[in-house]
Amino acid sequence: MMGHTDVLPPQASTDPHPFVIADREFRSRLMVGTGKYASNEQMIDAIEASGAEVVTVAVRRVDLDRKKDEGILHHLDPAQFFLLANTAGCYTAAEAIRYARLARAAGFNEWVKLEVIGDQQTLLPDTVGLLEATKTLAGEGFKVMAYTNDDLITALRLEEAGAVAVMPLASPIGSGLGMLNPYAIRTIKQRLSVPVIVDAGVGTASDACIVMEQGVDGILMNTGIAAASDPVRMATAMRQAVEAGRLAYLAGRMPRREVAVPSSPTTGMLSS
Amino acid sequence: MIGTETPPATVTLLTVNGDARQVPAGSTLAELLASLDLDPRLVVVERNGTILRDRASFGRVVLDDSDTLEIVHFVGGG
Repeated sequence: MMGHTDVLPPQASTDPHPFVIADREFRSRLMVGTGKYASNEQMIDAIEASGAEVVTVAVRRVDLDRKKDEGILHHLDPAQFFLLANTAGCYTAAEAIRYARLARAAGFNEWVKLEVIGDQQTLLPDTVGLLEATKTLAGEGFKVMAYTNDDLITALRLEEAGAVAVMPLASPIGSGLGMLNPYAIRTIKQRLSVPVIVDAGVGTASDACIVMEQGVDGILMNTGIAAASDPVRMATAMRQAVEAGRLAYLAGRMPRREVAVPSSPTTGMLSS
Repeated sequence: MIGTETPPATVTLLTVNGDARQVPAGSTLAELLASLDLDPRLVVVERNGTILRDRASFGRVVLDDSDTLEIVHFVGGG
């Protein structure tokens, strides 16, 4: 937080709605991934700059021979962050369920960012498999945050199936295209009771800001930060953009008008 | 039929993360992890499709021939 915000009246920056998912309150509406960084040092610096509390991790085989990729817990302090395991790379419900169970056995928490991917080229979700896996895992006591597309009906079904949060995409994973369908995202937010967290597609700070202005509860991003030329700076920008977008949503934007309305008085002009 | 019996095996043949591996017969899971220089607290082990949730038991899990093990951990991801 920059110094000058300290002198603002408290109502200028407080959020009347705490960010709560499944009875757990989180301090940051920005969640970040840990993939694709040039180095572990850069990853840690970027995550710290983002202010994120929730960080996502993936489950993979240990590389027994070379150990080139040490586990991320050699670098990331699990006491400092809330680890959210994903099921990235899973193409069937059964596979995603297996990965989720392995992640839970790591012993940190019972939360999972559930992905069931339907297509290699677009990485769009397989919503049928996603629903099936959500039902199974919710039944096993998992807190399922379901990565899905921006389809309202799927989002409603995921909520019914027991998801604690629904995570529609802004645009495809890693695309950086920003939010393709603000109407769909707003509709999902208006119709769901569980938190809506936009996941995937945010490419730069203005994208994040526009997403938050729709009134969603949070954003999860990875590539938008990790693939920037300067990830630490972009993480800072994303943090500020998420806060700015949230505040703008709470503030309520002015109505759009297709005619100009003067800002200065039209009376009191000098006679010519 | 002395003389035609197979001698006691001296090694146990395993599949670990998709690759064939052998360990001395009677090895435990804890010994395997130690030989791989892995901290049991930082990995999750699945044995023949079943997750071994109790790390304290790793020292009592004696590996069998044709066991299939998956040893996983957390890596960077979105």
